[in-house]
Amino acid sequence: MIRIEPRAAPSRLMTVGIPVLSAVVALALAAIPLAFAGAPIFPAYAQMFHGVFGSMFSFSEMLTRATPLIFTGLAAALAFRARLWNIGAEGQLYLGAMAAVAIGTGVLDIPAIFLLPLIITFGAAAGAAGMALPALLKTRFGADEVVTTLLLNFIILIFLQMMLEGPLKDPMGLGWPQSAPILDQGMLPTLMDRMRVHSGLILALVIAAIAQFMLIRSVWGFRLRAVGENAAAARHAGIGVKRSLFGVAIISGGLAGLAGVSEVAGLKGYLTADLSPGFGYTGIVVAMLAGLSPAGVVLAALFIASVFVGADSMSRAMGVSSYLADLVVAMSLLCVLVGGFFARYRITRSVRVAS
Amino acid sequence: MMEILQILLSESFWAASLRIATPLIFGVLGALICEKSGVLNLGIEGIFVAGAMAGWIAVWAGAGLWGGLLFAALAGGFFGLIHALLTVPLGLSQHVSGLGITLFATSVSYFIYRTALPTATSPPRIEPFRPLDLPILSDLPFIGPVLFQQTAMTMLALGMVVLVWYVLNRTALGVALQAVGDNPDSVDAQGLSVYGLRIGAVVAGSALMALGGAFLTMSAFDAFFFGMVNGRGWICIALVIFASWRPGKALLGALLFGAFDALQVRLQTEVGAMVPGQVFLMAPYILSIFALVIAARKADYPRALLTPWFKGQR
Repeated sequence: MIRIEPRAAPSRLMTVGIPVLSAVVALALAAIPLAFAGAPIFPAYAQMFHGVFGSMFSFSEMLTRATPLIFTGLAAALAFRARLWNIGAEGQLYLGAMAAVAIGTGVLDIPAIFLLPLIITFGAAAGAAGMALPALLKTRFGADEVVTTLLLNFIILIFLQMMLEGPLKDPMGLGWPQSAPILDQGMLPTLMDRMRVHSGLILALVIAAIAQFMLIRSVWGFRLRAVGENAAAARHAGIGVKRSLFGVAIISGGLAGLAGVSEVAGLKGYLTADLSPGFGYTGIVVAMLAGLSPAGVVLAALFIASVFVGADSMSRAMGVSSYLADLVVAMSLLCVLVGGFFARYRITRSVRVAS
Repeated sequence: MMEILQILLSESFWAASLRIATPLIFGVLGALICEKSGVLNLGIEGIFVAGAMAGWIAVWAGAGLWGGLLFAALAGGFFGLIHALLTVPLGLSQHVSGLGITLFATSVSYFIYRTALPTATSPPRIEPFRPLDLPILSDLPFIGPVLFQQTAMTMLALGMVVLVWYVLNRTALGVALQAVGDNPDSVDAQGLSVYGLRIGAVVAGSALMALGGAFLTMSAFDAFFFGMVNGRGWICIALVIFASWRPGKALLGALLFGAFDALQVRLQTEVGAMVPGQVFLMAPYILSIFALVIAARKADYPRALLTPWFKGQR
């Protein structure tokens, strides 16, 4: 008879090894759609690798792509740790981006040096507000936050289109639904000449380091983990569960808002309705691959960004649809889920002893 | 005020309401079956996409309309089976697995579509389901245009409401299915397979969801577009809670939703100049959140929803 038995504690090797193995398996599984599309398998993988590590420029493109994923990955990881299912990072990202262009395009008459800090603050606050509402509906009315955050993504995207055709529309934009550009002094500086990678990456790394430290070492982090592991026990121990949930909701939304700030004030310079190719949803995959650890989020974001940039390059060179990248990302999520099962349980064949 | 009354009395309004409600009826019933057995299926949004793509491409390849529906249901069942295997015997997080299925089913569908039609800028069209023309029934005043001039898929959806209600409330299978979502231990004690019931429910529910997607490409439109599902799956998840897991109330919820959507389109033409069009586009999603907030407190959740069950562990 086959039995499923919990392991005492997953070993350190497994906590690191399983996500890595899942990523490798998901990449290997990409051979199936590649064969389906009729592409030569090994040259296609070589082209993907070359597309990321082939030149300094392609590597910097990968870092640029990883930047918003670190933010949205952190947003998901922290919320999921408390079992708060924030699936609304996509919408919160756009709220952050809207706040950034709302104050970054020269409507405020303030000294240049204050503009960038103000953009960052307002962007984070807008994202946080976007998650405060579903958190409130959850704690006050018991409305499931999965559904409310998912639906809010659509509401915010339509709101964005309304803003881009109305108050935020660039009067010089030749009628395109796009915002005016952010002033130069409001932009996140680039890190290297002739490359697009910008200081949003530094901000993301610093925040990931702070999040890692706070989660493991601070009272706040302890409470957060306690609420996520067993809310009833946490309540019994005198932890304000609703307050903890609300707090992490604000932080999670704020981080997603920063992803929007970073994309619009670090990369694009102005806002359009296609700023994010699903960074919010991909952030969930990043968080899961990272085992919900902030430090892991950085590595997982680098991996996922490599898949996207590599697959883009391969797609251009070989004519395979770039939806291959989304496929690999989805498969890595499913693989890491299954891998997580084997980290927590072992399957044994128990032999029945004859009495 | 008079305009609204005029709209509400017109048969075209009620016909449109039922048409808009049709994919949601399939989706809500599918989600309801999954959740009754204790498994939340957030794969629904992706399964809608897969059903829309699979049904359409099968018809395009010459399978015929009913062959297309069968193919869509099989595609939905396939993704449902993956979700079921991950969440039932392995007991993994239903939230994360479901989202994974949505990402997976969506990207598989888009990849296959792009690979089959690499250069198509405007998608090829198929001959979709035609409105019914039944003797006598379709010519009845009011009821004829509203009910009997819909396509066969709408009839199928209404039939499914009755079938699902009957199976859940009047058959041994339905009783077992409800029990497995409330108290799996009792089902196990009776010698029934908890795994079997749950996996079966998720596969069947997912096949129904896929028909909702197929309605979009095979009845409402005649082609497949990226992003055409547009949150309909998530709306179904909200409507199941609103319906408190009852097939009859699920139909009512979907119809109310369809009526509201049909009304906002018509109001838009009346007062369109005063309000930006996007306000109306937002309305269905806002309405869903409202429905959720109103229903959440008194919702009669299946008691074992989201709780994995392992054989031999109490």
